[in-house]
Amino acid sequence: MYVAVKGGERAIENAHRLLAHARRGDQGVAEISLDQISEQLGLAVDRVMSEGSLYDRELAALAIKQARGDLIEAIFLVRAFRATLPRFGAGEPVDTGAMRVRRRVSATFKDIPGGQILGPTFDYTHRLLDPALADGFVPEAPAAAEASTAPTPRVTDILGRDGLIESSPQAEDGASVGDLTREPLNFPADRDLRLQNLARGDEGFLLAMGYSTQRGYGRNHPFVGEIRFGEVEVELFAEDVGFAVPLGSIALTECQMVNQFKGSATEAPCFTRGYGLAFGQSERKTMSMALVDRALRARELGEEALAPAQDEEFVMSHSDNVQATGFVEHLKLPHYVDFQSELGLLRKLRKEFAEANTPDAMREAAE
Amino acid sequence: MNAPAYNFAYLDEQTKRMIRRAILKAIAIPGYQVPFASREMPMPYGWGTGGVQVTAAILGPQDVLKVIDQGSDDTTNAISIRKFFAKTAGVATTTATEDATVIQTRHRIPETALHANQVLVYQVPIPEPLRFLEPRETETRRMHALAEYGLMHVKLYEDIARFGHIATAYAYPVKVNARYVMDPSPTPKFDNPKMDNCPALQLFGAGREKRI
Repeated sequence: MYVAVKGGERAIENAHRLLAHARRGDQGVAEISLDQISEQLGLAVDRVMSEGSLYDRELAALAIKQARGDLIEAIFLVRAFRATLPRFGAGEPVDTGAMRVRRRVSATFKDIPGGQILGPTFDYTHRLLDPALADGFVPEAPAAAEASTAPTPRVTDILGRDGLIESSPQAEDGASVGDLTREPLNFPADRDLRLQNLARGDEGFLLAMGYSTQRGYGRNHPFVGEIRFGEVEVELFAEDVGFAVPLGSIALTECQMVNQFKGSATEAPCFTRGYGLAFGQSERKTMSMALVDRALRARELGEEALAPAQDEEFVMSHSDNVQATGFVEHLKLPHYVDFQSELGLLRKLRKEFAEANTPDAMREAAE
Repeated sequence: MNAPAYNFAYLDEQTKRMIRRAILKAIAIPGYQVPFASREMPMPYGWGTGGVQVTAAILGPQDVLKVIDQGSDDTTNAISIRKFFAKTAGVATTTATEDATVIQTRHRIPETALHANQVLVYQVPIPEPLRFLEPRETETRRMHALAEYGLMHVKLYEDIARFGHIATAYAYPVKVNARYVMDPSPTPKFDNPKMDNCPALQLFGAGREKRI
């Protein structure tokens, strides 16, 4: 007989005290500040803001510190706080075409209006560990030039002018945008909810799903039309004054994938779209998201949907790392009662099996 | 920094209202899984967030709360949830079934008979009894709508044919009011009869799966 182990209140308190101690580490080493996390581990902060669905660098940095650098735990902390916040309204759609661009690349056209801007990127670096970074490294001042005043229109808009890419579906005026954190999700889900789900989804999960489409599981021949990263203005329509007021600016990464054609007897063939958007600089995330978004449009575009990445229920039900980690880790909780009843049944079945397979019983059965 | 401030019993009033509406619908259509916009809670999904949200939505300042986990008041998760409500709602807590007005439970039903002014809140990991027979929500919702439970009967029959017994010892499916088949959470089968005609209100909350 297995007996339930009593987990005393004091044991829990002591475990949490020990956790606080372990989090701080060797107290002879200087404590890390939120500014240091925000400034020097900026991409971790970006990821926690994106998947935590809350644009607040300071709270994201606090979450990373509190989670000891475990980003999924940090995302969870941010989500749990976000869930309690009241909603005043929905912002106006942001205009990524008017983004103050810090980085912008296209893999479809070399010369694009406004030019390509490499910006801060790991691309083309040699992945050699750099001992100079270990301590007291002072970087060279960045190369500087006059800021260009040329507009930087989105590459897909340029393709769209010639009808070479499907037009982006426009919502009806005044139509509200779905919010899966406020309304329960039903399948099949509209694209706004799918994109919200992917934007909150785990980067690793989306990376693997996106990768699978490149390896033949729901292939859709993608090209990076454009990736852009920079600041955009956020506005809220204020009922009182009758116009949209600026709330501030946020950093965003947007990826527009240009994918294989669709067309029919009545419609000229054109490229199709996959879309990715995330807070901060999150290129891997937005590229993966765009691949999966395109894959999930299979039914809408009349394609055969056989691959996992094209399966809306499969992707959307398993993309959320806060849900996934909770359910996987709940296996740590006591299951004494369930296990006990399984054990009871198994013993009974084994006993019956043994009785049925005694030499006597076997002989009888043979006769 | 925006210092976090929390409402009575953690959830904001808008969220509680949304959950209460789902609860009322669930009471009106017993056994039917009502979708609701489950929130992230400060404990992980799979650790009782559905039950916690239901409890948070129904808890009043005068309530006396009891929390059990696998039949025990002092396993780690029961302590954690009890302390959560003691802290966020300031309600009285108890380990005595007869003193409690709200009892949140993971997988057991108290031995003491419950009475009419008590609420038993179950934590449910996977509310869909057909999930392991048909993984797709679109399919299972259709099957419930048509009361098409043949698959479940075949499963139970196959168990008997293969093992001589129904090989389900917990999470044993129940049919409520001769209409909906539901999974009463991984409660051991021997506890199921206590659910029948129980004078207390029984609410089932599944947080990750967003169903009441």
